[in-house]
Amino acid sequence: MTTIRVGHLYPDYLNIYADRGNIAVLARRAAWRGHDLEVVPLGLADAIVPGAHDLLYVGGGQDREQLLVAENLAAKADGLREAVDGGTAVLAVCGGYQLLGRGYRGLQGEDMPGVGLLPLETVAGERRMIGDVLLECRLEPGLRRTLAGFENHAGRTRLDAGAEPLGRVLAGFGNDGESGFEGCRAGRVIGTYLHGPLLPRNPWLADWLLAQALAHRTGGDPPALAPLPDELEARAHDVSAARARSRGGR
Amino acid sequence: MTEGNVGGNRRAEIPLSGRAWKIPRPRDGRRPRRYPPRVRPAVPLQLEVAAARGVAALSRLVGAGGGTTVPGKLLSRLDPGAIDRLAARLPAGAATISATNGKTTTAAMAAEILRPRFRLAHNAAGANLVSGVASTLLAAGDAELGLLEVDEGALPEVLRRVLPRTVLLGNLFRDQLDRYGELELVAGRWRDAVAGLAAGTALVVNGDDPQLAAVAEGRAGATAYGLDDPGVARPALQHAADSKYCVRCGTPYDYAAAYVGHLGDYRCPSCGHARPPLDVVAREIELHGLERSLFELVTPEGTRRVELALPGLYNVYNAVGAAALTRTLGSSPEEIVDGLARFSAAFGRFERIPVGDRSLLLLLIKNPAGANEAVRTLVDGGPPRLAVVALNDAIADGRDVSWIWDVDFEPLLVGLDRLVATGERAAELALRFRYGGMDADAIELEPSLERALDRGLELAGPGGELVVLPTYTAMLALQRLVADRGLARPYWERGR
Repeated sequence: MTTIRVGHLYPDYLNIYADRGNIAVLARRAAWRGHDLEVVPLGLADAIVPGAHDLLYVGGGQDREQLLVAENLAAKADGLREAVDGGTAVLAVCGGYQLLGRGYRGLQGEDMPGVGLLPLETVAGERRMIGDVLLECRLEPGLRRTLAGFENHAGRTRLDAGAEPLGRVLAGFGNDGESGFEGCRAGRVIGTYLHGPLLPRNPWLADWLLAQALAHRTGGDPPALAPLPDELEARAHDVSAARARSRGGR
Repeated sequence: MTEGNVGGNRRAEIPLSGRAWKIPRPRDGRRPRRYPPRVRPAVPLQLEVAAARGVAALSRLVGAGGGTTVPGKLLSRLDPGAIDRLAARLPAGAATISATNGKTTTAAMAAEILRPRFRLAHNAAGANLVSGVASTLLAAGDAELGLLEVDEGALPEVLRRVLPRTVLLGNLFRDQLDRYGELELVAGRWRDAVAGLAAGTALVVNGDDPQLAAVAEGRAGATAYGLDDPGVARPALQHAADSKYCVRCGTPYDYAAAYVGHLGDYRCPSCGHARPPLDVVAREIELHGLERSLFELVTPEGTRRVELALPGLYNVYNAVGAAALTRTLGSSPEEIVDGLARFSAAFGRFERIPVGDRSLLLLLIKNPAGANEAVRTLVDGGPPRLAVVALNDAIADGRDVSWIWDVDFEPLLVGLDRLVATGERAAELALRFRYGGMDADAIELEPSLERALDRGLELAGPGGELVVLPTYTAMLALQRLVADRGLARPYWERGR
């Protein structure tokens, strides 16, 4: 049994799209494999200590709450970068995803700094992009899977040339409604607009994150986790995917 | 249940004016109407009224629901200015009631209080967009006072056009983010709308909601209402609490008492922004399980004991809101107490329906704050061992179902032996309970509402009660199912 240490960044501020659902899925799926998941909230006054966490989670918030934490997180960029260089995995959703880039430019100059961990920046758009989304991802060679979720964002996120998106948009808007891509992946760091929450109906991604976190914990390669039945998860995924195909954005 | 089957459904109407709405154009290509219109047809109001009423009858005839919004839509298309003139015909004016949660119940309570004094034009079936308001005014006949429940997003336009004499703002919780946008946006639109009200308009706000107290600041003669009884407060803010940060400076509020979500007695430790003095207050609150609630209603006119045949602290909020509202319309404390005592329940919000030798207990769930209160009420009344939970994702329910993960269902799981997950997103719901710690064997997945209802009744057994927690369109579908079986009157025939 291994204890996986999760640092949950700003849970009091960034929690708008049921982020605790993602945490619950990580915790149960770890427990079903005989591991413990220990979740530590990291608030405004807490430092990010490199090596202290195997997985960091950043959720989404309303504009106001996101603004309240943006500078705080930017001031912790060094600790975060060092943690990631040391192999800590990261999942950032929606507002958290935007904060991991270089920054956010608002329509009326209400700019927010980012931490610059992911090679991207975000600019506010006039119209929110809201709806069901379906992606195709290849996180590892031969691992071709879909992600079904829901997006609701005004920001248009542009990846730098050569950056790796999380997936190709099969239905929905994605990063900016134009590029045909969604999210960003850099090593063990994943940023995405998809909530729903993301992990309950996409358990393969939860398991991928757990494997990366275990690799950081043990210092080895990501282990293969025992398969789970996941029938309910597959049904929920299929309904959500069908929604994206029939009524996703664009 | 399909999205087409939505008569009386306040959430599925297409907004008639693009102005107050920032939602994207519906994918079926219907464009929000231009307002004001370029051309106004030269048809007398009386003729338009007759035509639109005819359509309502036709809508019921073809079984498309109660015809509660169709005539208003038609009228608005014929003449978008008609609603202003219909409202102006009401001799005693109109009052509006808006809130994320409880507006239907609050309006129904106010109707019970006001009925002895006024003939009412009241959208009791919950058709609360501009078209629903128009339909209600159309059907008003010789009504004296308009009592209008108004959708959060439609409020600015309705206020501009109906020019009510009293405006009640009940609460703002996160709700259908895919449709309304973030809480701050709605609050901002309400602030602007209130700033545009005539000086003589009475503003009534829930002072326990920091956002709404801020809306009333600086407005002379505004009434604040709320609760004052730390004995029934929550030990801590719930997970889904929304307006936790000071509206002025962003510091987290200190709560002397948190009652429902972020509603309570708050104070900012940094800048001192605090709950305003309350004009109408509930004290000495007693909650008696699923049956009733008692409290002392304190107003400037005196203190009265109120007995309410409804459970739950959220209904105490609704009752105090109805009291504060009707007080501005001249109701005496006696009329208020008597009206509240007569009140039973608004359509579908908390309803017991006998079904043969067993019964259904329906509690609507539609967002985290409301669902938390439904769960709390059930648990306080003795946690059920069996429940059917129904999750649909039509526009009226919210297409984004992530909110179910923000509901504190866990206190309910402790007592549940079996749960039937149903509705179009039944699998997602089943996952919510499974990852919430419920045994997989205790969860039954049955997407068909009809089969889930039958299965639930079968499990309830003779003499048993089946607790059903449906989202909005699922509730309408279930109501229709029991009505079709001759067990209850259809919703559009109630509350008249």
